[in-house]
Amino acid sequence: MACTRCMKVQPPGRNCQRCAAPLHAREPNSLQRVWAWLAAGILLYIPANTYPMLRTSTLGSTSDSTIVGGVIELVHYGSYGVAFIVFFASIVIPVLKFVAIAYLALSLKRGVETTTHQRLILFEVVEFIGRWSMIDVFVVAILSALVQLDFVASVNPGPAAACFALSVAFTMLSAQSFDPRLIWDVAKKERT
Amino acid sequence: MERPIPDDLDSLIACPRCDLLHRVRPQSANTVARCSRCHVKLVTTRQDAIPRVTALAMTVLILMIAAIFFPFLNLKTGGLSNSASLFDAATAFQSGILIPLSGAVAALIIILPALRVTAIIYALLPLQMGRKPARHAPFAFRLAEKLKPWAMAEIFIIGVAVALVKVTGLAEVTPGPAFWAFSALVVVIVLKDTAMCKWSIWSALSQR
Repeated sequence: MACTRCMKVQPPGRNCQRCAAPLHAREPNSLQRVWAWLAAGILLYIPANTYPMLRTSTLGSTSDSTIVGGVIELVHYGSYGVAFIVFFASIVIPVLKFVAIAYLALSLKRGVETTTHQRLILFEVVEFIGRWSMIDVFVVAILSALVQLDFVASVNPGPAAACFALSVAFTMLSAQSFDPRLIWDVAKKERT
Repeated sequence: MERPIPDDLDSLIACPRCDLLHRVRPQSANTVARCSRCHVKLVTTRQDAIPRVTALAMTVLILMIAAIFFPFLNLKTGGLSNSASLFDAATAFQSGILIPLSGAVAALIIILPALRVTAIIYALLPLQMGRKPARHAPFAFRLAEKLKPWAMAEIFIIGVAVALVKVTGLAEVTPGPAFWAFSALVVVIVLKDTAMCKWSIWSALSQR
């Protein structure tokens, strides 16, 4: 048996001899946890898009903007590059992540005909890129800390910020509960 | 060299991604060993990994202290101005259900990165000074590895860049000393993570 944290090979036991991490041949209930976190993430992604993300008030008038609204606003300003980053980080990445995790989990059960390599690469990409969705939450945090000029202009966060942050965190947990070794187990079964 | 049954488990290394076993052989410096099945990086041979990681971790800690206490960004429009520190950004969510989010943001951009480098220093500094590893060194290093995806300093910097573009239409923004400290910190964190070879550090930690 091997420890996934420190890569030590050792006889089976409850905890790793070197780093004391719990030792499992395969993570128990891996798929079940993947689905649970994924469902929570998708559910929270809905209010994250419908509720306002930013509440801007300038000279007495208040306007709310959602995630999509913020992107459109940026396009109007003419900053296409930044609009693209925000669009990519807060819409494309989360949605692709939902699809990718679901696909990975399903492919284990049905033995979909893709090479195991591609699936592993997909897993690595999902695990690496998921954190970057947090950009939008940080943007809101900085804006609302910085733009506080009382009456003239102020920016305040909306409820969508919390939903979005949680949605990202849950999908990260979902990706982390996925045991990539399962991909190779299926590959071995298909070959024999 | 090949034996049918390995009696020395320490000479084996298992790929954390696909569980394939590999035999560790001495390699020349500055090469990267990858899993032969899934090409995950297994071992990077660098003699100076431990001193380098320790030094970079300390740099991160010092920069972090500077980044927290100096003003981060300064906003000016007309006669009005407002400056925000990193701490203000973390505690920006102050209404109703958003209060927990403040804690989360503070954790993601300040507490977790700081905790992570502290844990790394705790685990590696005794090794660097030629002493026995500290008592909880394995726990500390494991914690540091576990926190890795949750320390989001580099993402925060991109967020700052986006926020700057959004604000420029509205007012004049000048970055303060903390901004530069934090940018440097992000670069150092990336350098530290690439210099780190998990396998060598774990082997060093287990030699008591």
